[in-house]
Amino acid sequence: QSDRLLIKGGRIINDDHSFYADLYLEDGLIKQIGENLIVPGGVKTIEANGRMVIPGGIDVNTYLQKPYQGMTTVDDFYQGTKAAVAGGTTMIIDHVLPEPGSSLLTSFEKWHEAADTKSCCDYSLHVDITSWYDGIREELEVLVQDKGVNSFQVYMAYKDLYQMSDSQLYEAFTFLKSLGAVILVHAENGDLIAQEQKRILEMGITGPEGHALSRPEELEAEAVFRAITIASRINCPVYITKVMSKSAADIIALARKRGPLVFGEPITASLGTDGTHYWSKNWAKAAAFVTSPPLSPDPTTPDHLNSLLACGDLQVTGSGHCPYSTAQKAIGKDNFTMIPEGVNGIEERMTVVWDKAVATGKMDESQFVAVTSTNAAKIFNLYPRKGRIAVGSDADVVIWDPDKVKTITAKSHKSAVEYNIFEGMECHGAPLVVISQGKIVYEDGNLHVNKGMGRFIPRKPFPEYLYQRIKIRNKVGGLQGVSRGMYDGPVYEIPATPKYATPAPSTKSSPAKNQPPPIRNLHQSNFSLSGAQIDDNNPRRTGHRIVAPPGGRSNITSLG
Amino acid sequence: SEQLLIKGGKVVNDDQSFYADVYVEDGLIKQIGENLAAPGGARTVDAYGQLVVPGGIDVHTRLQTAVMGMSSADDFYQGTRAALAGGTTMIMDHVLPEVGMSLLAAYEQWRQRADSGACCDYALHLDIPRWHESLEEELEALVKDKGVNSFLVFMAYKDRLQCSDAQMYEIFSIIRDLGAIAQVHAENGDIIEEEQKRLLELGITGPEGHVLSRPEEVEAEAVFRAITIAKQANCPLYVTKVMSKSAADVVAQAKRKGTVVYGEPITASLGADGSHYWSKNWAKAAAFVTSPPLSPDPTTPEHLSSLLSCGDLQVVGSAHCTFTTAQKAVGKDNFTLIPEGTNGIEERMSIIWEQCVVSGKMDENNFVAVTSTNAAKIFNCYPRKGRIAVGSDADVVLWNPKATKIISAKTHNLNVEYNIFEGMECHGAPTVVISQGKVVLEDGKLFVSKGSGRFVPRKTFPDFVYKRIKARNRLAEVHGVPRGLYDGPVHDVVLSTRAVPPTAAARIAGCAGKVPTVPVRNLHQSGFSLSGSQADDHVARRTAQKIMAPPGGRSNITSLS
Repeated sequence: QSDRLLIKGGRIINDDHSFYADLYLEDGLIKQIGENLIVPGGVKTIEANGRMVIPGGIDVNTYLQKPYQGMTTVDDFYQGTKAAVAGGTTMIIDHVLPEPGSSLLTSFEKWHEAADTKSCCDYSLHVDITSWYDGIREELEVLVQDKGVNSFQVYMAYKDLYQMSDSQLYEAFTFLKSLGAVILVHAENGDLIAQEQKRILEMGITGPEGHALSRPEELEAEAVFRAITIASRINCPVYITKVMSKSAADIIALARKRGPLVFGEPITASLGTDGTHYWSKNWAKAAAFVTSPPLSPDPTTPDHLNSLLACGDLQVTGSGHCPYSTAQKAIGKDNFTMIPEGVNGIEERMTVVWDKAVATGKMDESQFVAVTSTNAAKIFNLYPRKGRIAVGSDADVVIWDPDKVKTITAKSHKSAVEYNIFEGMECHGAPLVVISQGKIVYEDGNLHVNKGMGRFIPRKPFPEYLYQRIKIRNKVGGLQGVSRGMYDGPVYEIPATPKYATPAPSTKSSPAKNQPPPIRNLHQSNFSLSGAQIDDNNPRRTGHRIVAPPGGRSNITSLG
Repeated sequence: SEQLLIKGGKVVNDDQSFYADVYVEDGLIKQIGENLAAPGGARTVDAYGQLVVPGGIDVHTRLQTAVMGMSSADDFYQGTRAALAGGTTMIMDHVLPEVGMSLLAAYEQWRQRADSGACCDYALHLDIPRWHESLEEELEALVKDKGVNSFLVFMAYKDRLQCSDAQMYEIFSIIRDLGAIAQVHAENGDIIEEEQKRLLELGITGPEGHVLSRPEEVEAEAVFRAITIAKQANCPLYVTKVMSKSAADVVAQAKRKGTVVYGEPITASLGADGSHYWSKNWAKAAAFVTSPPLSPDPTTPEHLSSLLSCGDLQVVGSAHCTFTTAQKAVGKDNFTLIPEGTNGIEERMSIIWEQCVVSGKMDENNFVAVTSTNAAKIFNCYPRKGRIAVGSDADVVLWNPKATKIISAKTHNLNVEYNIFEGMECHGAPTVVISQGKVVLEDGKLFVSKGSGRFVPRKTFPDFVYKRIKARNRLAEVHGVPRGLYDGPVHDVVLSTRAVPPTAAARIAGCAGKVPTVPVRNLHQSGFSLSGSQADDHVARRTAQKIMAPPGGRSNITSLS
């Protein structure tokens, strides 16, 4: 029943090296790699003629069912994955976005069902945490332990809707770290965006350019900086979705040099185009570019992001594919804040990266495989099942033609939207043949897909690629207090004004300790951890030494 | 009033130095020149071999701060005495309103205390402890009538003083319109609180917990955020207490990108580091507790003094806010209860001289700039203060670069038992200090009188700061794109109120009220509410159909302006 396939004469590219070999696929797996393979008779043979054979792309960020004001994106799982396959992507990781008020688990099941019946390629799911409510911990645990979800997104934007405060982020990060999950962050400062939106609407600017004006790239960079700071306090990995601007990318690059485990995901749109189109006279066109964070109006942004992607400062590429039709976008025709957000890019992702990064000489083919597939598989714990051409891996394989030239246009794209934000872009490099689950799904420009053939790929927590380092850092980063004698000098009596007490948790936990009021017992200790100090007067005596002459030098001078 | 002739010294301003005599009368500098003849009765002060510098301005003191009902150990009298002994002739104190007290009432309270206690001129910054509705009126009153032009907001001290980002944006916008300076205490209070909880749970209760719960990246993060907000609001920003290398670097980088931002390291961060938090002596470790904390990285003072020398940081305060050991001991079992603050008002000038000038990083003119002139410019009391010029206040210090002094709690003019700079040898010290035209320090003896300090009101819109802001305000006008109206199909929104993002914008637009005609969708009805009278001009609407161009038609508008 399953196709048996022999790919002859191809050059196999993995993220570490490339070599000439034949490839034999059976039962949806890669069975043999080598020269002059012995294969059963009647096997269909594809002549690669020296072309590149690469692992199928993994699109780490799609929204194929994002709800907005009662409508959903024009590309559903069927339409979207068809486009993905046509572009050389054989796996997507879609975001589950629970509507406020509905639980993570029910939303997950809803997405799972929709994708199972419609998706044409393998898929996995991120779950977005839209609020931090009671009982969410149990749900997260179930999702991680039983449902095969290991990545969750939190929002720093969308005030009063999805936005979380720093304290909540701290709490969420801490908990997600204990589950071994990958923490995704939508990084924009929602407080400031709300203020700017108000201001810009008051100025009478209602068109799509207001979207870009109210979300300047500084706000993105600020939130990225903050997310990294919080994560590095907790010692957890953090993954920034949708890196759209130079400054945000630079913050990530700088942070990586200082040590925190941070990953950045530029998307097709930020790698292939810029935000000057928000000023287009054509409302429908300008609105098609609306996404958050917005595309940067700085036209040098794509070049910069591609450079960082090539040198490893950014690691993976997504598409953020979430298209709405012009009629849907037009809900916000009189108010840019109402325009549903999202751009296309699922089909164009591999081609745009090739054209902007490989064809320009910024990166080599192996790095191309790394940023389009392998790194994603490693971060999200799919490796080596996905992201590598190796015996035993899934037979998701693409034969890539670096010389093919294609012009992107809405007339020929697979998506259902009227506008393609890359319209007219001439791209070098395109897939010739796409094989998903061992079956040819795209050949000679024709798709051979079945609705619902995609499988859900569960992912385990604690991906080695991230958590190995975290575990070691946990061990070496332990904190220790200084063991001192007890302070037994005079203590100032605080006048009892409860108004002024610090609302620290510690004050609450030690209320009963200063009870004997008239005579201050200088020997009474509040040191509650080392136990049994009330009796042993001898060590207390030595404590006198601490009242040394002022300025006695400390001999402890390093942090340790 | 006294007449004084300062003879034979080298006058040092922030731009140049020259040898001249300085004649002082009625509290003002009357003449500067060579071989001035003293009128009869004038006292002559011999300044041969010494530098004649403008008196120091300490931009950050807290001589009256109450924490948990305890007031700081050095009040206005004690604190300004120490200031004068160190060569500082003007302080700017922070007014921190108590819970439930209005800003104006707190201001009056501070004025009263300072007027009766201070021995040198002073000005006041106001701390904004919380956002409230009438804040704008209060700030306006303070700016217009009370001579205050600088306000501090807190990004730390959660649930007590901390402001949210949105509140900061609002406050900064008000401050910008008033022409004042926005100051921030930059630390991420949310993270700090979580870290404090965690450390206390780990059983770490000593002063080392203070620094462990407030790592320097938390400071740098807040500085970065404050700068972003200030830039959005186009408001000048002043970061108080720059304590760590990373925070200073963030300020320096922002300046490079063109933001109007100033950074204030303090005596403690220039002269000491945070390794002492691990001292076995609890009392000593506690003496160093201040927020943001001193960085445990011992190369911090070196780095900060380099940035100060190259102009990336501009002014130096002391953040003098001292508590006795007994007061600090309130937190002996819980570091979060230790009252925060270190000394530095007296040592400020000497430590800068020692760290920056003696080491060759800075020249004497730059020294004057960071200890006095820049502060006067930023806070708009220049050239009355911060310069030796005819007509300026006679706040003058004779600085002896050859003097040597060892800082010690035994000899300092403070009420606290510990001096965080204990044992530090400083070259350079004031020999004579003149405040308001009177000699207040001579031969190591102080001649101060309680309450002689005057309040120095400050005007708004300091040129040094606001010239650029004003120009940017004009440039920052943004314009919408004039488009034809969109008249294509519009998706029908199912009215599920839950899903509507409750942004302010959604409420302003009030689209719901505009589509009452239910069954037939009127495609010609416009929601464009600003350009007026479109309901009639069908002609203009017609041309708008051009926008339905083939998808992907190229935009010819490719730049932002």
